[in-house]
Amino acid sequence: MTTAAGTPSDRSVLPVTERYTVLGWLRRNLFSDLFNSLLTIVAIGFVIFIARLLLRWAFVNAEWGVIPANFNLIMRGQYPSAEAWRLWLIIHLLGAVVGMMWRLISGQFSGAARVLVAIPFVLMLIPFFAMETRLNLLITAAASGVGYLFAGSLYIQRRGRATAYLLLVYLVVMLILLRGAGADEGLMPPVQPILWGGLLLSLLLAFFGITLSFPLGVLLALGRQSKLPAIRVISVVYIEFIRGVPLISLLFMGQVMLQLFLPDGFPLVDRVLRALVAITLFSAAYTAENVRGGLQSISRGQYEAAQALGLSTFQSTIHIILPQALRAVIPVLVGQFISLFKDTTLVALVGIFDLLGIARTIIANPDWLGTQPEVFAFIAVLFWIFSYSMSYASRRIEQRLGVGER
Amino acid sequence: MSENSTTEEIIICQDVCKWFGDFQALKDCSLRVMAQEVVVIIGPSGSGKSTFIRCINRLEEHQAGDIIVDGIPLTRDVRNIEQIRSEAGMVFQQFNLFPHLTVMENITLAPIQVRKMKKEEAQETAMGLLNRVGIPEQADKYPGQLSGGQQQRVAIARSLAMSPKIMLFDEPTSALDPEMIKEVLDVMQELAETGMTMLVVTHEMGFAREVADRIVFMDGGEIMEVGTPEHFFTNAQHERTKLFLSQIL
Repeated sequence: MTTAAGTPSDRSVLPVTERYTVLGWLRRNLFSDLFNSLLTIVAIGFVIFIARLLLRWAFVNAEWGVIPANFNLIMRGQYPSAEAWRLWLIIHLLGAVVGMMWRLISGQFSGAARVLVAIPFVLMLIPFFAMETRLNLLITAAASGVGYLFAGSLYIQRRGRATAYLLLVYLVVMLILLRGAGADEGLMPPVQPILWGGLLLSLLLAFFGITLSFPLGVLLALGRQSKLPAIRVISVVYIEFIRGVPLISLLFMGQVMLQLFLPDGFPLVDRVLRALVAITLFSAAYTAENVRGGLQSISRGQYEAAQALGLSTFQSTIHIILPQALRAVIPVLVGQFISLFKDTTLVALVGIFDLLGIARTIIANPDWLGTQPEVFAFIAVLFWIFSYSMSYASRRIEQRLGVGER
Repeated sequence: MSENSTTEEIIICQDVCKWFGDFQALKDCSLRVMAQEVVVIIGPSGSGKSTFIRCINRLEEHQAGDIIVDGIPLTRDVRNIEQIRSEAGMVFQQFNLFPHLTVMENITLAPIQVRKMKKEEAQETAMGLLNRVGIPEQADKYPGQLSGGQQQRVAIARSLAMSPKIMLFDEPTSALDPEMIKEVLDVMQELAETGMTMLVVTHEMGFAREVADRIVFMDGGEIMEVGTPEHFFTNAQHERTKLFLSQIL
C-alpha cells in the first residue's frame, strides 16, 4: 500500500494539520475565509449587545421584590397555607419514590442521579427562602436517599412491574393528600381543586393531561387502523373533529357543555376537572396522529412474522407493533407533551389560576404595578426549566432505547 | 388432526386460485405434500411461487379451491387459521426479526405467549435451537448487531421454537451476501435430514438437486411440472421448464 507520498508508517498517523487544537478549531470553523470571519465578528458583536441589554435589565433595573413577596401564590395559588405541609409531604414522597425508582431501574448512582440529588441543595441557595423552606428541601433530599437505600435492601425480581405499582400507589396517595378527606375540622380538611393554583396546578394539569391522553391517543391510533369499519369511522371522526377545533374553544365548551353530556344527578364536576377533560380530549387526538405515524413506519414483514408465529392480533400489537411504533415517535410525542404543558396556560382564560393566571392577578394588584416584565420573565424561566427537563429526559430515553435499532 | 403422520399427506392443495384485483396470481394449483417430504418450488419471478406458499399459512387469502394442512381445512374460521399457523413455521426473505427484542426474546416470545410455556423452559429450548443453528453466543444481542446469515439462522430457530410440523421457506437466501448463503443452506439441509416437512421457494439449484425429494416448477401462476430432482435436471418435459433451466444453469 506504499505510495509516493510516504512510507507506510507515515501514513498510519493522523497528519499534523488534521490534529485537534483550539486554534485549529477556531480557524476551521469560525475564520475559514474572509466572509466567514466577517460573519463571526458580526455575530459575536450582536450576541454581546443583546446579552448586555438583558443583563443590565436583570441586575440593575428590575424590581425582583415582586417574586419573593408573591412566591407562595406563584407556587400553589390559593391552596391554604395551613395545609401547605401536605404539599411538602407530596414532594418528600416524590423524592423517596424517585430514589427508589432510580435504584430499581438503573441501579447505579451516577450522571443524571447526581443532578437530581443536587436540585434540592441548589434550591436551598435561593436567598429569600425561609428557614422552614430550606429545611423541607433538606428533608426531600434525605427522603430520596432513604428511598434509594431502601429499594436496594429489597429483593425484587420483576423490577419493571414493581416500579409501575410504586408509581400507581404514589399517584393515589398524592391525590388523597392534595384533595384531602374527612371533615372540615379534621386532620386533612378537603381543599377544593378551584383553590389549587400556580405552578402546582400547571404541573398537575400537564401531568394528568399527558398520562390520561396518552392511552386514549394510542387506542384512537389503533382504532384508525382497525379492520372494523365502525371503530375506524368513530376514530377518524373524533380525531378530525378535535384537530379542527382550537383548544380554547374546547376549554369553553368543557366549562359550559360537559355537564350536559353527563347523566342526570351526576355530581357537579369541578371547573378544574372540566378543564382537564378538555385538555385530555384535545391532546389525545394529536397523540393519535403522532402514534399513527409510528404505526405506519412498521414494515409489513413485522406483522407477517408475528402472524406466522401464531400470535393473535392483540398479542402482536402489544409485543411487536406498539413497542416499535412508540419508540419511533418518542421525539414527536415529547414535543407534543411540551406544547401541551405550555398550552395549559389557556385555562387562565376560563377563570382558573394556573401559573399564567396567577401572574396576571399579581400584576393587576396595585401594590405591584409595573412589574409585568419581572413576573413574566420569572414564569417564563419556570416554564423553560420544566420544558427543557422533558426534552432532556426524552433524549436520554432515546439513547437508552437506541441499543436495538436497525 | 392426524397422529400417524409419517405416510400421510400433510398438505393438500386442490385447485387453489388467487386474484390480486383483476390479476390472477394462482391458477388451479394442486399439490400434495407427504409428511417428512422436502418440496422445492422454483420458477421465474412473478410466477406465483411465494404467493402459493403464503396461502398455505394464510398470509394471503386464496379465493377458490381447498387447502388442508394436517387435516385442518383452511377456511375463514380464525381458530383454524391460528391452529395452522402454529403448526407451520415460516422463514422470510427479509428475515423479519423483531428489531426491538434480543435474539433470545425473538425466539421465546411466541412459545411464551402462544404456547403458554414457562419462561425458563422456553429459554432452555431456545438455547438448544441456537446451538443447533450454530450461534449460541449471540443470544443476548439484538438482530441489528448480527450479519444477514446469522439473522436468517435466528429466524429459523424462532420458527422451530414453536415445534412446527411444517416449515415454509420463502426465498430464505435471496437477501443474503453470497458468502452467507451456505451457512443458511447447511442449517436447512440439517433440518431436512431430521425429517421436517419442508416447502422451499428458492433459486438455489444446488440445494434443490441435493436436498429436495420433489421439485415443483411454476410459471404464470400455474404448476407446470412436478418431479424428482433427477427427472428435472435430466429429463424435463415441459418447454418452459427447459427454457427456465437453460437460463439459470
